[in-house]
Amino acid sequence: MSNYFLDNKDLLFHFDGFSRRDDFGDMRSIVATAEDAYGQAKEFNYAPVNFDDAMENYAKVLEVVGDLAANRIAPRTAGVDHEGATIHDGIVSYAKGTQDNLRELAQADLMGMVLPRKYGGLNFPFTIYMMAVEVVSRADASLMNLFGLQDIADTIRKFGNERQRQEFLPKFCTGEYTGAMALTEPDAGSDLQSIKLQAYQDNEGQWYLRGVKRFITNGSGDVLLVLARSEPGTKDGRGLSMFVCHGGNNLKVRRIENKLGIHGSPTCELQFNDTPAQLVGSRKFGLIKYVLDLMYRARMGVSAQALGISQAAYEEALQYAKDRVQFGRSIYSLPAVSNILVDMRVTLEVNRSLFYAAALSVDRKEKLEESIEELKEQGKPFAEQMADLKQAVKVANLLTPVTKYVLTESANRIAYDALQIHGGTGYMKEFRVERLARDARITNIYEGTSQMQIVAASGQVVNDILKDYFDKKEADEYPGGLIPLANCLKEIRQIFYESLKYVIEKKDSSFQDVASKDLVELYSYLIIGYLVMDEAKRDARKVFIANRYILGALALARKNTESIKSGLYSDLLHADEILRD
Amino acid sequence: MPQSFFFAAWKHGIVNLKCSVFGMVTKRTTVYELHLPGYPFNEKGRMYRSIVLVKQVPDTANITGNVMQDDGTVNRAKLPAILNHEDRIALEVALQVKDQYGGTVTAITMGPPRASDILRECLYMGADHACLITDRKFAGADTLATSYVLSEAIKKIGGFDFIFAGRQAIDGDTAQVGPQTAEKLHIPQITYLEEIRSVNGRTVEAKRKIEGGYEIVRCTLPVLITVVKDAASPRPFKAKRVMAYKGARSLLELEKLAEGNSLLSVEELVGEYEGRSLLIETMTMDDLRLDAARCGVHGSPTKVHKVQSVVLSGGEHEIIEPTKTDIGKLIDRLFEDHILG
Repeated sequence: MSNYFLDNKDLLFHFDGFSRRDDFGDMRSIVATAEDAYGQAKEFNYAPVNFDDAMENYAKVLEVVGDLAANRIAPRTAGVDHEGATIHDGIVSYAKGTQDNLRELAQADLMGMVLPRKYGGLNFPFTIYMMAVEVVSRADASLMNLFGLQDIADTIRKFGNERQRQEFLPKFCTGEYTGAMALTEPDAGSDLQSIKLQAYQDNEGQWYLRGVKRFITNGSGDVLLVLARSEPGTKDGRGLSMFVCHGGNNLKVRRIENKLGIHGSPTCELQFNDTPAQLVGSRKFGLIKYVLDLMYRARMGVSAQALGISQAAYEEALQYAKDRVQFGRSIYSLPAVSNILVDMRVTLEVNRSLFYAAALSVDRKEKLEESIEELKEQGKPFAEQMADLKQAVKVANLLTPVTKYVLTESANRIAYDALQIHGGTGYMKEFRVERLARDARITNIYEGTSQMQIVAASGQVVNDILKDYFDKKEADEYPGGLIPLANCLKEIRQIFYESLKYVIEKKDSSFQDVASKDLVELYSYLIIGYLVMDEAKRDARKVFIANRYILGALALARKNTESIKSGLYSDLLHADEILRD
Repeated sequence: MPQSFFFAAWKHGIVNLKCSVFGMVTKRTTVYELHLPGYPFNEKGRMYRSIVLVKQVPDTANITGNVMQDDGTVNRAKLPAILNHEDRIALEVALQVKDQYGGTVTAITMGPPRASDILRECLYMGADHACLITDRKFAGADTLATSYVLSEAIKKIGGFDFIFAGRQAIDGDTAQVGPQTAEKLHIPQITYLEEIRSVNGRTVEAKRKIEGGYEIVRCTLPVLITVVKDAASPRPFKAKRVMAYKGARSLLELEKLAEGNSLLSVEELVGEYEGRSLLIETMTMDDLRLDAARCGVHGSPTKVHKVQSVVLSGGEHEIIEPTKTDIGKLIDRLFEDHILG
């Protein structure tokens, strides 16, 4: 029996690494916080009694996810892609395979992985949940859009009141409810501040929603989180509040989109006709607090999807290259092909390193928030935790957009290369790789385009918020073989500072907008570079990964800085002339 | 093997002695009420106790290069040991009965100590209890000896309404253990189950597969049922149960744990595991009143004389229709060949 968790040595390497690191998040304290110092075992027979027990639980459950993904979900994927979600008389149906997948994921208790046990959840750390999302996405990327929406329930947990938690969370855990996050509107995509959907109250204080939302993933779901304008007359994000409402007959699904990929996931246009809703949290905090918080997890979910697609595409390419014989030998042995395969594999592995560092950073941030809440309640001092949280927020604000940018762009590249290795065959529907190429294409668009991720990350990059971390890493001792690579990273860092200085001194905001892509990329080489150096110290095979990645990154860094300093972008002043009809 | 021919006829629905059959294909109306002193029947009607017979088998579906030996046989030690697929389906059917009508499900297996692996899997799927029947003296058992031990263990457990088993195991393909166990318990059996149509009081109505179709049978409880692979799609392991029961151990495993650590005593471990509901009940020769001559290799008349690969070609078989005349002819033939009688 194949298993998408157990057969992935690199995934196991990271899982094993969780208890050995504390760079971006320390799993021991993350789990201890989540488990109230292991006090829950008295009440729940499936709660861990200590850290090792918790890790064994996570491994065992990921094994269940890996089994489901390999043996039940993956065989249905072609059918799901072909059949897709459908709409008939305003009623949306999932493909047969999607229905089976959701039923079995619910039977396996996997629909409330991060939710507290008292609501029926598993109370897992976010990082472990992300591992499950990666595994599921490798089997069927479109299923991530349903399985990966557990964050919606988690947002209700974080910001809703106890009555709302009781009303919604248990049914998310049993799989009875699926959710949707209704943000986008026809005129409010990347620019969520211009949302128009109206929220108003009657004399009794009951809220209603009126207006249209578009491109809503699983908008036909049972529970919707809706961002709406609750303060009439306002124009920006401060007039928006978060609402929760039931789906079904309370609103109309006007249409579902006919898409390039992720056919299993229905993308809906919704019409709210005075739909009764409940306010989540406080008025006016909808965008500026709750959606921004949700975004950490949403970016990570899509990154996990991209990583799963990358893994699947790499495997298809590797297998095909081994099987396909041309010129009397398998094309795997042709240097031009094996070079692509090595690139794909190295990209896949370093992306995974970045991904799990980012996931840990989100976990660290959330657990610090929880600890502070608890200390506040107990009337204890929390200044120390507050300082930690400040830095943790900055790190998560850096790592999550960088991860989404790097991983989703990579997924497209890897799917592209996988198709290339298949040659003409890959262009045909009979082979899985064409679906992967189609599914990958949305990942660098939704939940914030790559361009928006650059914007989100650039503030942290310009402020060099990982300075102390890089200083420490530079001062680390490396075994002989790794010293040249450590020197490369020092050089990249110098290039980054020179480029940053150049951009700042130029004092031209249009130029800074364009150059920030290069700056974010330069910073990403350093983040990933030092992560893989740590791994290379732990595992001899990873030296190869570090070598190719860092030498490649140095070459790219030289290109990035050349683009910045050469005046390449100065022609943007003449964009209208260049683009003239 | 004479039994196998007999049971081959049986399992194809030709010999179906203790069930009332009505409906689709054949019309027989004998209803056997069964009364067995000593079996506490469940009188509530809507709570059913099921026992599921499961077996650990080598994973013959995933044979890879290093498993095949030079002489063409399979190196069992190198094959992963798994829960027999049709037994997993039997467990699923039992769990569905429980989900729909209420009750409990107990998984039992006879096998070596490592067979507790599959019992844990049964717990992960939803079985309430698990029981390992193990003893060196049970080794080398054929279907006769196996069904003898299983039936005695079931008598000891007692109070069951259903016994479910897979149609057959992928290692031996005999399909005999279920039927033989039913015979030894003197209870009716429904083989080749495709669907439990209803359970009403003390009566189960079931659809069973036969060659070229199906038949609907009705039977009083308790009954032994063997299932085919289409009967259900087994549910996945439940994450919460995996976490709760990952530490479930049989007595033998606890003994091994104690052997490796002088600070532990078996008695204390048993107490601790029992207290946490993590003890897999373990039955050995001493726990059951068994005739040693009927157990293990001594109790097994089946001797494998020779194994050969036979390729059947068309025209070597004879089709017997499920009509009164044809069945009469078959029984005559079976008597002639001294297979019956």
